[in-house]
Amino acid sequence: MGSAGTGNMASTGTADHADDASRENYLNNGYGWKSWLLTIDHKRIAVLYLISVSFFFLIGGMFAVLMRLELATPKGDVVDAETYNRLFTMHGIVMIFFFLVPSIPAVLGNFFVPIMIGARDLAFPKINLLSWYIYVVGGIFTLIVAVSGGVDTGWTFYTPYSSTYSNSQVALTAIGVFITGFSSILTGLNFIITIHKMRAPGMTWFRLPLFIWAQYATALIMVLATPVLATTIFLVALERIFRIGIFDPTIGGDPVLFQHLFWFYSHPAVYIMILPGMGVISEIIAAFTKKRVFGYSFVAFSSLAIAILGFMVWGHHMFTTGQSVYASMVFSVLTMLVAVPSAVKVFNWSATLYKGTVELTTPMLYALAFIGLFTIGGLTGVFLGIMAVDRHLHDTYFIVAHFHYVMVGSMVMAYLGGIHFWWPKMFGRMYPEFLARFAAIIIFVGFNLTFMPQFIVGFQGMPRRYHTYPEEFGFFNLLSSAGASILGIGYLLPMLYLPWSLKWGKKVGNNPWNAKGLEWQIESPPITHNFHGPVTVTEEAYAYGDEDAHEAGHGTTNTHGQKEATSVR
Amino acid sequence: MWKDIPLFPENASTIATQVDLLYWFLVALTVFFVVLIGVIVVGLCAWYRKCDDGRKSVQIEGSLTLELLWTGLPLVIVIGLFAWGTTLYVRMQKVPADAIDMTVVGKQWMWKVQHPTGVRETQDLHIPVGQAIRLTMTSEDVIHSYFIPAFRTKQDVVPGRYTQMWFEATKVGTYHIFCAEYCGTGHSAMIGTCTVMERQDYERWLSGSTGEPPEVVGKNLFESMRCASCHPVDAATKEIGGAPPRGPLIAGIYGTEVELKGGGKVVVTDEYIRESILKPQAKIVANYEPVMPTYEGQLGEEQILALAAYIKSLKGTP
Repeated sequence: MGSAGTGNMASTGTADHADDASRENYLNNGYGWKSWLLTIDHKRIAVLYLISVSFFFLIGGMFAVLMRLELATPKGDVVDAETYNRLFTMHGIVMIFFFLVPSIPAVLGNFFVPIMIGARDLAFPKINLLSWYIYVVGGIFTLIVAVSGGVDTGWTFYTPYSSTYSNSQVALTAIGVFITGFSSILTGLNFIITIHKMRAPGMTWFRLPLFIWAQYATALIMVLATPVLATTIFLVALERIFRIGIFDPTIGGDPVLFQHLFWFYSHPAVYIMILPGMGVISEIIAAFTKKRVFGYSFVAFSSLAIAILGFMVWGHHMFTTGQSVYASMVFSVLTMLVAVPSAVKVFNWSATLYKGTVELTTPMLYALAFIGLFTIGGLTGVFLGIMAVDRHLHDTYFIVAHFHYVMVGSMVMAYLGGIHFWWPKMFGRMYPEFLARFAAIIIFVGFNLTFMPQFIVGFQGMPRRYHTYPEEFGFFNLLSSAGASILGIGYLLPMLYLPWSLKWGKKVGNNPWNAKGLEWQIESPPITHNFHGPVTVTEEAYAYGDEDAHEAGHGTTNTHGQKEATSVR
Repeated sequence: MWKDIPLFPENASTIATQVDLLYWFLVALTVFFVVLIGVIVVGLCAWYRKCDDGRKSVQIEGSLTLELLWTGLPLVIVIGLFAWGTTLYVRMQKVPADAIDMTVVGKQWMWKVQHPTGVRETQDLHIPVGQAIRLTMTSEDVIHSYFIPAFRTKQDVVPGRYTQMWFEATKVGTYHIFCAEYCGTGHSAMIGTCTVMERQDYERWLSGSTGEPPEVVGKNLFESMRCASCHPVDAATKEIGGAPPRGPLIAGIYGTEVELKGGGKVVVTDEYIRESILKPQAKIVANYEPVMPTYEGQLGEEQILALAAYIKSLKGTP
């Protein structure tokens, strides 16, 4: 158990004085390796996750760099086909299972879910630590796969290629992914229970920050969908190792059954990846417009709508498998419906800017980039949901571009936005603002240059997962590779200046952004138990009008009655 | 330089124009909304940028009217798009009655095509212009996907079952054939050229190659595999080797419904014939015993397709 903060400090309700360095916080109350590896403090576990997901992001990124290098020219001149196939497979597996899925929930969620609802920790701190260890064990399996020849099935593991024909480390990878799934499930369980049972008195459901709503919706999907992935991967391993006929038709199986099972998890998993990002964007936009998010309850319920609809659209990955036209129609219309709650979010975020005081800080730049790129990513999803068009675009670079706009353009932007937004809270120091804005712009430009050309070659018909391709696709592939090198530099910048800022960054007070929310009313970095005493919440989320009311002496624009500031004792 | 860099794929099939119309409409819609959101976001950020004039944010809870508007409007748009896309798709699925049948067997990493006259080709596909072609496809190993971008269609080629696709080329020329479903090391080499020719050129091309029509191959197989020792090919055959035939008549059954032992009916299709050869116990015709051995591992996919073609060619006496 991490030694507890003794809580003799006076309450620090207001923001702007930097405390002396000797003040105890979650970072300096223990320095030994045991104090980290055996910690049950949700904040330290979040930092462990931050280090490990950054590591895997770097690994997955290196695979991408090699791929784009190969694809810069039509011929296979950098690596051979077998290596290339391993590169895109490892890129997908590492980025999805070891970066995107855990990134926001396990890093930012772990750190801020308890704080934002006024709790001292998650409901099950030891299970929280266990989830990190499970993640690490799964990660080690994947690293063993990488150094022992890799795996070449694509992250989708389509049968019977994966279960019978592939001569690569399928079983080992399957075990790695299987194990890592439990880490998601435990994190999801922990969040659901924490959000239900550990909200501070007065923190009602509709006072929850939208980040919490998004985490809650995500946690539901994690708990409900991940077991299906585990089962499916387990069945692939059974067929591969013991030749039990499940998916391979030569031994009595059905290869398309695999796709149903796989996408039953993996489509909702797309929302596991994007919903937490949407939560982060709501927080950032509220903080840098100093406004309550427009249409709070619509934004909150649209997260749940996306989570629920997300479970019923898996068949849109299978329009070309020979699936019945009627089944395809149902999946098509449900897929199109996902556009509605997504649009609701985008419009509400945009409307929040109206009559706000907009500060274009680094996190805000990421949030604005998110809105634009998510709009493109979402609308191009509509193309693919329409059967007549999907027939042409399916399995081409159009789809590659589409999901990178959602997973990278949106989700990674949200993650970086969130990391910058909460960095001063997590570590008590500020990153270099100019450099950070510069990096955000580089990333935005590099991203679009990388993936916009892929829409064009995709429509031209270039299939995905091609090691070599016809000459006429060369120009746009070269553009894409050039963009990727800019994007790579963009990503390296925060990986350098953020660690740098831990030692040399400017110290900040408790609330450098003058933002609302419980996390900004406690110390930076927080003490081990987050709060010095019981917390009672008496105001709505994003109660920016209240502050004005206190300062200006009247509450003209306050739309929600409550005048008291949140009391933190 | 720029003419070597195409922006869109060739348009060479009867459905391509309609698919492109919907595609470009979607592009226009996407551009419209991206510009709309972009102008709103950038405009509001510029207009309401924080200055040192002490201005405070105006708190606005929300607006039910606006919420209904931006829930309703996307809903109407996507339902409209769904209706457009689905009616087009249903039309695209309808195979013209005069379509020529060809078979495609996928195998790591080649396409094996057989024309109705029996001519075979590997990787490439030669077809006449202005003629609907229906491909019946299966795979000998993993899942592949037959994709001709210029025709705007693709279909997965799945082991253990038949899938079909059709197209009608509208323009003479050569077009890419790609495997679109990842299938292993040689995936990006599983490509070919579709040559669309004038009908007379196609006829000449066909006559330049030799090959037996699939139903002839099927007949030879039927004989060499001794299928006739159980299955009569003529309704007049009442006895084989002095006993009633042990297997059902195969003439005139294609496309008809047969009664199964233990109730139920099944329509005789390629799929059913394939199953009856590889898994004879799966569906037993009424009044027969499950005595047929499996031919799994003895017959390849192309041979099974040939047998099906033979059965199809036998017109029974009704």
